[in-house]
Amino acid sequence: MNPNAYIILSAILLCIGLFGFMVRRNALIAFMSVELMLNAANLAMVTFSHVHGGLDGQIAAFFVMVVAAAEVVVGLAIIITIFRTRQSASVDDENLLKH
Amino acid sequence: MTSPTIEYGLIAPLLVLLGGAVCAVLVEALVPRTRRFGVQFGLAVIAQLIALTLVCAGWSVTPGVAVMGGLSIDGPTRIVWSLLLVFGLGATLLYGERRVSGGTSAFAAQAHTVPGSRAEHEAIAARQENTEVFVLLELSLFGMLVFPAANDLLTMFVALEILSLPLYVMCSLARRRRLLSQEAALKYFLLGAMSSALFLFGAALLYGFSGSFQFADIDAGITLGIESQTLLMAGLALTSIGVLFKIGAVPFHSWVPDVYTGAPTPVTAFMAVCTKLAAFGGLLRLLFVALGGARWDWQLVLAVIAVLTMVFGAVVGLAQNDVKRLLAYSSIAHAGFILVAVVGAMAGDALGEGLTGSVSGVMFYLAGYGLATMGAFAVLTMVRRSGGEATGFDAWAGLGRREPVLGAIMTLFLLSMAGIPLTGGFVGKLVAFVAGWQGGYAWLVVVAIVMSLVTAGFYFRLVKIMYFDEPDASVDVVKAGTPTWVVIIVGAVGTLVLGLAPGSVLDLFTSAAGFLR
Repeated sequence: MNPNAYIILSAILLCIGLFGFMVRRNALIAFMSVELMLNAANLAMVTFSHVHGGLDGQIAAFFVMVVAAAEVVVGLAIIITIFRTRQSASVDDENLLKH
Repeated sequence: MTSPTIEYGLIAPLLVLLGGAVCAVLVEALVPRTRRFGVQFGLAVIAQLIALTLVCAGWSVTPGVAVMGGLSIDGPTRIVWSLLLVFGLGATLLYGERRVSGGTSAFAAQAHTVPGSRAEHEAIAARQENTEVFVLLELSLFGMLVFPAANDLLTMFVALEILSLPLYVMCSLARRRRLLSQEAALKYFLLGAMSSALFLFGAALLYGFSGSFQFADIDAGITLGIESQTLLMAGLALTSIGVLFKIGAVPFHSWVPDVYTGAPTPVTAFMAVCTKLAAFGGLLRLLFVALGGARWDWQLVLAVIAVLTMVFGAVVGLAQNDVKRLLAYSSIAHAGFILVAVVGAMAGDALGEGLTGSVSGVMFYLAGYGLATMGAFAVLTMVRRSGGEATGFDAWAGLGRREPVLGAIMTLFLLSMAGIPLTGGFVGKLVAFVAGWQGGYAWLVVVAIVMSLVTAGFYFRLVKIMYFDEPDASVDVVKAGTPTWVVIIVGAVGTLVLGLAPGSVLDLFTSAAGFLR
């Protein structure tokens, strides 16, 4: 197995996530992009774990999944609270706090 | 295979705080609503006092690595823990203050009710109060204690999330101006989640570089000169971005003014002081212990970030007309001043005679900054107009003439932030800049001194407004209860003590500045 392909794929996933976060205006999509970035890191860790012949990276991936689940709970709670107030999940509408 | 060991003695403060948080969750379920607020408040104060006592008692214990290499309980960890628990107690007192807003806390009666709806009015009429904030505070503080002690990247990432997630929720819980508060929470959450994802990817790359998450192994990998420099550089950049975001350094600062303004003032005080403390503790350990061998690669970049941060905070701060927002920009500028000491990279264990070094410089600066900032936010909660906080400069006009004592104390806090001699802020700036100078960054120190003169401009502008402008009759300075006054007086006395007799604290910090590697 050549690990380079997996590393490059994970870098591509990270860039897609980052790009989606910057470009998309819907808070839910932006949040999904962040989740994609977390999973890019997971893929990288599992690949490196295989390269180095240890289990550290694979165990770390489980930790990341748990953390991501906790983050979803908090994130969706915040997004839903705002949606119930404004009937919109667009981050462009969040403009009360201007510089 | 050996069975894992846990050094309970070394990590006792963490366990006490976590135990307190778990008990607080039970209190939510078991104690009747009418008595819940007092019980939660008392429990939070007691848990933090016990943890603080344990940290102080543990200063004499030999530093050691705990939990299978996961946590490093050494001098810098103990300095950050002591400061965090002191300021955490301050924030808890502000959370528990109810007198300033007519017998209710600063938090929404029922967080799930839609602002302006009938359910919200009913909750307010029933005098319901949100008591989960104390649970969130304790959990967040637990994460903050773990973060600077973390000895591997995975523990550091988990701690980063434990400290952040409760903060996102707390930001959205303001009693008044709830739309602003919810918007602040959304901004903080989205940007915070993105930055921690970047941190995690950086951690994965550093793991790929060295084959281990342990800081010591990454350091060994750098010393050995492993070939894949790309992995090292990208990992270094991404992990640093994750931590610099929490610090609020330019260009990762865009959330700071909005979130500080929108969040309830006690939460802002907690974020401004404790998050910065934890983040700088973590940044020092990451850069000095794990990536110390690559310091020639990060010092210059960090110096540029420090310059950008100082200039942005100082210059944009000049244009502000709102006290809460001014304090946000001032916290950005302070982050830049502290980074000057970090860039110096004078690690505690490599110091000659009479040198204070970066770690004690950063920590002393943060102590002085924390006392003044938390005190200033406490004063902020007392200046009100028809029930809500009045934070505009026009509302603060003539405050010093109407309330001589409060005005004098607020002036002291502002002078300390400006770095005027005889205050804690001055000594903090001195030791931080000396650390940068000794590290060979004289030009950076010159920029920092110029910028601290610029920041003095906006602090003095506020002092001038407080003493020389005509008072606004519609603004009340309400009577605060004991908790707020304790924070204000401890802040004022501490600022003076650190300014007039910094020797013993500075010696203590310097003697404990060596990282356990």
